[in-house]
Amino acid sequence: MTTSPRVGLFVTCLVDAMRPQIGFATIRLLEQAGCRVEVPRRQSCCGQPGSNSGDRRSAFRIAKTVIAAFEGYDYLVAPSGSCVGQIRSYPSLLSDPDWNGRAEDLARKSFEIIGFLHDVMGWHPEGIRLDATATYHDSCSGLRELGIEEQPRALLAEIEGLKMRPLDGANVCCGFGGTFCVKYPEISTAILSEKTGNIRQTGADLLLAGDLGCLMNIAGRLHREGAATRCFHTAEVLAGMADGPAIGESGT
Amino acid sequence: MTAAQIRQGFRQRATTALNDANLKVAINRTTGTAETKRAASVGDFPEFQAARDRAAAIKDHVIANLDHYLAEFERNAIAAGAHIHWVRGASEAASIVTRICKDAGAKRVTRSKSMLGEEIGLPHALDDAGIERVETDLAEHIIQLAGERPSHIIWPAMHRTREDVAVLFQKDHHPPPVAGDAASMVASARNVLRGKFLSADVGISGANFLVADTGATCTVTNEGNAELSTTPPRVHIVTAGIEKLVPSTDHAMALLRVLVRSATGGEVTQYTTFHCGPKRQGDADGPEEMHIVLVDNGRSRMLGDEFRTMLRCIRCGACMNHCVVYRQIGGHAYGGTYPGPMGAVLTPVLDGLAKSRDLPFACTLNGRCEEVCPVRIPLKTLLKAWRFRSWDSQQEVGAMRFGLGLWGFAARRPRLYRFGTRIALPLMRLFGRDGWIIRMPFDKGWTQTRDLPRPASRSFMSQHRKYGNKGPE
Repeated sequence: MTTSPRVGLFVTCLVDAMRPQIGFATIRLLEQAGCRVEVPRRQSCCGQPGSNSGDRRSAFRIAKTVIAAFEGYDYLVAPSGSCVGQIRSYPSLLSDPDWNGRAEDLARKSFEIIGFLHDVMGWHPEGIRLDATATYHDSCSGLRELGIEEQPRALLAEIEGLKMRPLDGANVCCGFGGTFCVKYPEISTAILSEKTGNIRQTGADLLLAGDLGCLMNIAGRLHREGAATRCFHTAEVLAGMADGPAIGESGT
Repeated sequence: MTAAQIRQGFRQRATTALNDANLKVAINRTTGTAETKRAASVGDFPEFQAARDRAAAIKDHVIANLDHYLAEFERNAIAAGAHIHWVRGASEAASIVTRICKDAGAKRVTRSKSMLGEEIGLPHALDDAGIERVETDLAEHIIQLAGERPSHIIWPAMHRTREDVAVLFQKDHHPPPVAGDAASMVASARNVLRGKFLSADVGISGANFLVADTGATCTVTNEGNAELSTTPPRVHIVTAGIEKLVPSTDHAMALLRVLVRSATGGEVTQYTTFHCGPKRQGDADGPEEMHIVLVDNGRSRMLGDEFRTMLRCIRCGACMNHCVVYRQIGGHAYGGTYPGPMGAVLTPVLDGLAKSRDLPFACTLNGRCEEVCPVRIPLKTLLKAWRFRSWDSQQEVGAMRFGLGLWGFAARRPRLYRFGTRIALPLMRLFGRDGWIIRMPFDKGWTQTRDLPRPASRSFMSQHRKYGNKGPE
């Protein structure tokens, strides 16, 4: 990339409200990779709560807001495979001829942060040290809709001192599923308990993932179980911000 | 039943299943093995992805030209000496089969496993008609003894452990098997079933494929029970959905390659049998009469809408073996003939959305089902399509509509949204201590079993406004 690309950061509603640090970590990484980062003020949510609940119309209208806010950038980048998956699905959601082309343009230039750093920017972590053991959970949307699988593992392997441990069933859903986890809490918890069981089995200090939805779900259960595993977004670790409080630790 | 009762039905069944420790052991054993075997068998087949593409293309071609292939199949099956019966609905299908049995003067019928038979309520219809019904598939035999319905489309009795089955067999089999000894359990079942194969008047089977250019029906089994229940009796009845058509034997073989690997992880099934008409002059064996009952039951309705890709389904069960929800609650919780992701798409077609509205929602949309589907059915998209229909037909509960409406309204007005978070975050934080919220009113669904990280005191957007790109240091 000869000129530095102009990136619009899509913050995601969960990061905005629950863990702003992930947003700042994402900006730090993008700047290290040589991007000019802006945070459009005309943003809130990608529309997933509506479209996954069946309310296509509301998702359609939110999609238009996102398109209008981000279409002027070279890239839209978000610290969530799930939201980017939703943004990439706008063309199938919109059946309005005025918007179809614009939706497709945005879909083409929308990326999840870790995939973007690795695949588009060719970025590598430098001078980061973290003496810990960690294991990685593949979030479903990132994995299956965007092919985020090798990229986080490759980048995490470059962090000095960090030892990665394989997680049994890493690519199996954690039971979050947006509204699923509150609509069917018993089923969700049964799925989640298998995930936390596998995580605890690794004996790793840290659990890393690329989506705050999964992370809140897993962290919340680990804490209820009394496990000491600390949970971070991959971007926080890569940005050297894992020395601060993990998800749910005081000080956040 | 009211909508609320139906909804309660699913939740109740799911809760019962979740509390059944034995069920969990049984499901994990079978689906766990199936998952491992499938992965190994797919790994040994480098052209698997291309084979899936071809399989999907074959099915799409047939679905697009279904009238043509149905006519061709009918012509060739009649030429081979079979009788064809066209049926629109489930109960009509069951009554035609019972009538054929009665016309044949049947006292005893042997049945080899067929999900379509379950779909049209055939076991019940035969029982009601006073015809002795012998289920010859080992798992179906177990189900029959237990008085249950199948819980999986490949392993109908997968919800029962070996230990359960031993107890069941000890009660009904003579001589009883040795508890815990699989070989003696199988031997005792064989002992009971063998005699019945030879004394049945009618054999009823399903079909994995209907071959248009020969008029043959194709069944695959691992136990050989389909062959034994359809060859010795005087009359053979095949019940099949109209989507089972394939143009030729070659196409059937192409589908078989992905079917078996996806289902059991094998390369081939032990038995693949083509039945082409009844016994001919000079044939050593075979039935004197062959009837083929072609069932629509909602399928032609799917031809014309977004659910048409569901007609590709070849009933391998891979989607349920890999589904996190199925693996927690098992097949019975789904309440219909077909469980798991494919069932969550099909059941609303067969039973109506009002009766099965939970199914497309009781899914995390993680996409693992479509990742393993051998005919690339976009299951996630189809499940979402049901959610859209549920919303559009006002079946979503009022509170949900109101909540999402409010969310959507704010989400399109970022200033208002930011104002909302500025108020909401400090309020939410009041429920927390240290970094966690242990109990949250209005959100029992989450905090009953997990803690909720306490939200930030100030949102990202407001911190970013104050500190810029670097954030607070």
